[in-house]
Amino acid sequence: MRVLPTLQKQRHPLASGTAQRRRLADLPLARSFEVALDGAGLFPLIATGIEVLQINVGRKCNQTCRHCHVDAGPDRTEMMPPDVVEACLRVLAETAIPTLDVTGGAPELHPDFRAIVERATALGRRVIDRCNLTVTRLPNYRWIPPFLAEQRVEVTASLPYFQSRQTDAQRGEGVFEESVEALRELNALGYGRPGSGLVLNLVTNPVGAFLPPDQRAAERDWKRELARRHGIVFDRLFTLTNMPISRFLEHLEEKGQTEAYLARLVHGFNPAAAGGVMCRSTLSVAWDGTLYDCDFNQMLDLPLAPGQPHSIRDFDPARLGARPIALGPHCFGCTAGAGSSCGGAVA
Amino acid sequence: MDHTHYYHAPDLARFPEVGKGAPELWEKFLAWYGAVFAEGALTAREKALIALAVSHTVQCPYCIDAYTTASLEHGSNEEQMTEAIHVAAAIRGGASLVHGMQMRNHLERLGM
Repeated sequence: MRVLPTLQKQRHPLASGTAQRRRLADLPLARSFEVALDGAGLFPLIATGIEVLQINVGRKCNQTCRHCHVDAGPDRTEMMPPDVVEACLRVLAETAIPTLDVTGGAPELHPDFRAIVERATALGRRVIDRCNLTVTRLPNYRWIPPFLAEQRVEVTASLPYFQSRQTDAQRGEGVFEESVEALRELNALGYGRPGSGLVLNLVTNPVGAFLPPDQRAAERDWKRELARRHGIVFDRLFTLTNMPISRFLEHLEEKGQTEAYLARLVHGFNPAAAGGVMCRSTLSVAWDGTLYDCDFNQMLDLPLAPGQPHSIRDFDPARLGARPIALGPHCFGCTAGAGSSCGGAVA
Repeated sequence: MDHTHYYHAPDLARFPEVGKGAPELWEKFLAWYGAVFAEGALTAREKALIALAVSHTVQCPYCIDAYTTASLEHGSNEEQMTEAIHVAAAIRGGASLVHGMQMRNHLERLGM
């Protein structure tokens, strides 16, 4: 499997969240996100509670996908330290937040991944593992699929397309073949099979600078083609929009497509999608414990609104559950067309 | 504004300006256009592929850009899109060849 150096490793100017925000702010957009929201009667955008605690446990990954908003890769070293892990689990224990969403990087590479999952499961919480699939093929990580099944973890796995050429173009040469092997193993454990209670959802991002297809129509195609070609079954397909952040922003810049892509997102603003954006019900925790409105704001170093707790150590459910969301031009990525969230289309 | 050459890519986004001369006709065109491309007996994806093929036949670069994007956004892939334009090309080529009958008929009239 081919991997590339991350932007951070390349010392690329867009490795910095602040530089990315500056670039996005310089774009001549038809209207700002705030104005678009205001037109839909949604400004200021206020959180409706905390249904999902999404913890980004580290930026290390065995892949270097072209669209990655985290700039994750094998050369990243950031990992959530034990005291932050403890603080996250303490928040979970002391609140009724129903879902723990574990992401990265490849979250399974975190040394405490097993303990995090076991303890959250013991608290009776729904646990989602955002899995890149190929991590389960690494020699020291073959324990992952049976462990996830035993803990009844919901697997949300990335697969941009049901063919290798498109998948490998986005995620690296050889990724499709290994992903198919991983999906077959998950199926053999019961994942994606009706009645098993083991949920296997797939996530697709467009392989390029265009919006994702209709989620229901795509799910129909994916189910037919993955079953026909590879005998693979799964529960739901989530269509996600590529965010103009980090490596995808760099890709847009390289292709001279940044302005056209942002214009496409702005033109596609859908008030129905804006009302259901995930940041209203999610709280994002960075590897170092810093709180953000979402994983995208986290990668852009866009902090919570002034007056909000800065760290998971200072968690305050009342204030955080009704916080105003910090916004930027990248937010158009979650509101274009049918919308986009960690759970797919929202409208 | 660049008026030094024909077919200027940014003009696609300015398409609505064509409505300025006859706003009522433009509104009618837009309503009809929207209805044509809505999901119906054919899926929106199939309609986008037809539009892509026709765009090549009418040789409209704006339409080709628009329906390449639309086809991708409706979940079509490069192979399907390339097959669609081959259909357009085959009909175009076949249409030239079938006019050979006109040639043959005239040959018959002129010949011995």
